[in-house]
Amino acid sequence: MNNSKLVYLDNNATTKVDEKVLEVMLPYFSQYYGNPSSIYEFGGKNSNAIKEAREQVRDFFGANSSKEIFFTASGSESANMAIRGILSADKSKNHLITTKVEHPCVLNLHKQLEKEGYNITYVGVNSAGEINLDELFDSVNDKTALVSCMYANNETGTIFPVEEIAEKVKSINPKTKIYVDAVQAAGKIEINVKDTQIDMMGISGHKFHAPKGIGSLYVKSSTLITPLIIGGHQENGKRAGTENVPFIIGMAKAAQLAKESLNYEMTEVKRLRNKLETGLLSKIFNARLNSSSNNRVPNTTNIGFEYVEGELILLNMNDVGICASSGSACTSGSLDPSHVLKAMGVPFTALHGSIRFSLSRFTTEEEIDYTIAKMPEIIDRLTKISPFQKELKELRERKGII
Amino acid sequence: MWNYSEKVMEHYRNPRNVGSIDDADAIGEAGSLSCGDMLKLYLKVDKNGIITDAKFQTFGCGSAVASSSILTEMVIGKHIDEARKITNKQIVDALGGLPPEKMHCSVMGHEALEAAIADYYNEEITIQKDEEVVCNCFHITKTFLENEIKSNNLKTIDDVINYTKAGGACGRCQGKIKAILDDINSAKPKQENLTKTQLIIKINNIIEKYISPELRKDGGDIELIDVEDNEIKVKLSGKCQLCNRSQLTLTHFVEATLREHVNENIRITQV
Repeated sequence: MNNSKLVYLDNNATTKVDEKVLEVMLPYFSQYYGNPSSIYEFGGKNSNAIKEAREQVRDFFGANSSKEIFFTASGSESANMAIRGILSADKSKNHLITTKVEHPCVLNLHKQLEKEGYNITYVGVNSAGEINLDELFDSVNDKTALVSCMYANNETGTIFPVEEIAEKVKSINPKTKIYVDAVQAAGKIEINVKDTQIDMMGISGHKFHAPKGIGSLYVKSSTLITPLIIGGHQENGKRAGTENVPFIIGMAKAAQLAKESLNYEMTEVKRLRNKLETGLLSKIFNARLNSSSNNRVPNTTNIGFEYVEGELILLNMNDVGICASSGSACTSGSLDPSHVLKAMGVPFTALHGSIRFSLSRFTTEEEIDYTIAKMPEIIDRLTKISPFQKELKELRERKGII
Repeated sequence: MWNYSEKVMEHYRNPRNVGSIDDADAIGEAGSLSCGDMLKLYLKVDKNGIITDAKFQTFGCGSAVASSSILTEMVIGKHIDEARKITNKQIVDALGGLPPEKMHCSVMGHEALEAAIADYYNEEITIQKDEEVVCNCFHITKTFLENEIKSNNLKTIDDVINYTKAGGACGRCQGKIKAILDDINSAKPKQENLTKTQLIIKINNIIEKYISPELRKDGGDIELIDVEDNEIKVKLSGKCQLCNRSQLTLTHFVEATLREHVNENIRITQV
C-alpha cells in the first residue's frame, strides 16, 4: 500500500474533526474541567459554555427555543431516546411507521419494538431510492403513535420530503408524532425545523466534522418524552449523566462551521461529486448509478460495478490509498447485502459490487481526479477475474463499446 | 478491516492462474451471483490422470480470490485422485488462516474442486428432489450441512454460518441448524478398534477431563487401576471412599460417562 496517499471518500461513515473544532475543545479537557453542575465558579461557568453551545445548536436546527435541544452521545442514542421516549410517554397507541431503508439504529429498534408487541409498517422505496409516499400515508391510522423517517439516506444520499410527510401525516392523524433521523442531512443541506410539523429530529456530530461520541436531539416543546437514562437533573431531566463539556463545545462549533459551509456544499462539493460520478460512469462500462434521484445530498454517490464483488474492489482501492465503503455482504461479514439497495431493487449483478463514495468540504479536485484515474484500471483488472465473461461481453456490446 | 494473513493479501493482489481453459478436461462451479460469491475452476488433465494446468475465475471477496488462487497452485501436478483428497482445511492452512467469517470461501473452493473432479469422471452431483433444503437464502441442503459440520467439527450456529453461510442472511433457518448440530454432536461415537494402550489412554483422558473434576468438587477423587477388555477397575479416594452412595456415583456417573465416550459395554468395578 502506498502509505503516503490517502484519499478519504467515506465521509458518510465519519468525518475528520475540523482543526477549528479541536481548538475550541482542548481547553475543556485539562483547563476548564469543572463539573457544570457545581456551585463554584470554576465548574459553574462551564454551564454557561454549554448554554452558549445549546444556543448554537438550536440555531443549526432552526428551533424556536434552546430548551428544545438535548445533547446525547450519538445519533443512535438520539433515535432511541426519541422513539422510546414517545412510546413510554403515551401508551395509548400501538402502531408505528418507518421505512425499509432506515439506518440500523431506527430499523433494528423497530424490530425490537415489534417483538415487544407493537405493529410496525415498513414503507418501501422505488428504484431511485425515493420513498413510496402513498404507501406511507395510506398506512397512517388512529392507532399510529409515530412515523420515523430519515432526512437523507446514508447509502444513496436520497433526500426524503420530511416536511411534507410530517404535514400530511398530521392532517390524517394530528396525534401521530414525527421523528426525523437527520444524521446524514446535517451539514450537507439545511435542516430547518422552524414552521414544520416535525416533532423530533436527531443528529450526530462526527458526520459534520465534530468528534465521535456526541449527538443531539431536537424535541418540540409541545412534545412530551419520557427519559431513557434516569439519574441526575442534567439536560432538563431528560438525559442524566454529567455533560460531556468538551464534545458539546466541539459539536456546537462544528454546527456553526457546517451552517456557514452549506453554500459551499451545494456548489463546490456537489460539482466534485458530479465530476466523480460522470467520470466513473463514462470510463467504466460496467458501472451503474444506483442512486439516480435528482434529490440527493450533494456529497454522495452510489455506484454498482456489475459482476465484480465490493470487498475486492475496496481492498484494491485501499492498495492505492482510496477509502470508500460498500453495500456488499462480504465487507461487513453479515452475508446479507445492503438492505437499502435491496429495497430499491438494485439487480443482483450490481448489488454485491456497489461502492458508496461520500465527499466532504475537505475533498479536493486533485483527489477526485486521482480517483477517476485509478478506478477504471482497478475495475478492469477485477472484471477479468470474474466468471461472468459472457455476460460482461454482452453488457459491453449493449453499451456500444468494442 | 479484516485481519487477513500476508499470504491471503499476496494472493488477492497477485492471483495466480486467472482465466479459463478452452479445452478443459474438467470444469467445476460453486456458489452463485445472488449469493455474493462464485467460483469456476478449469482443469487440464493428462492421460495419466495428472492435473497439468488449472485456471479459475472468481466473483467474490479478497479471501474468495485468494482461496481460488492457492487452490489452483495446490492441484497442479497432482494426480486427480490425490487432488480429490484436498480438504477445505488444507486450503485454509495453505493461506496461513482465514478470519472465521470467511471460512466459507475455502468451502467454496473445495466444492468447486469436487464438482470439477466429478465432471472429469462424469459423475452426477445432483440434488435429489426429496432432499431437504435447510437454508433457503443460500439454497443449502441438509446433507451438505451435515457433511461440513462433521468434517470441520463445527459446534455452534456461528461456526456453521462462517463455514457454509447457512443461516447467515435472514436467519430463519437457525432453529433447524441448531437441531442438526444437536443431533450430530450428541450422537454416540461409533465403536473404534483401539489397541489396549490406546484404550487406556483414552479412558484416562476422559476420567481426567470429565470425571475427576466433578468428584473433586465433593472432596473425593478417582484413580484408574486397570483395564481388561470392557472391565475397568478404578479406585475411589478422599470422601468418595467413605461415602455410602459411592456405588451410585460409580454406575450413574462414572460408568455412564465412560459408556457415552468410549463404548456401550463398559463395566466399572471398584478395587
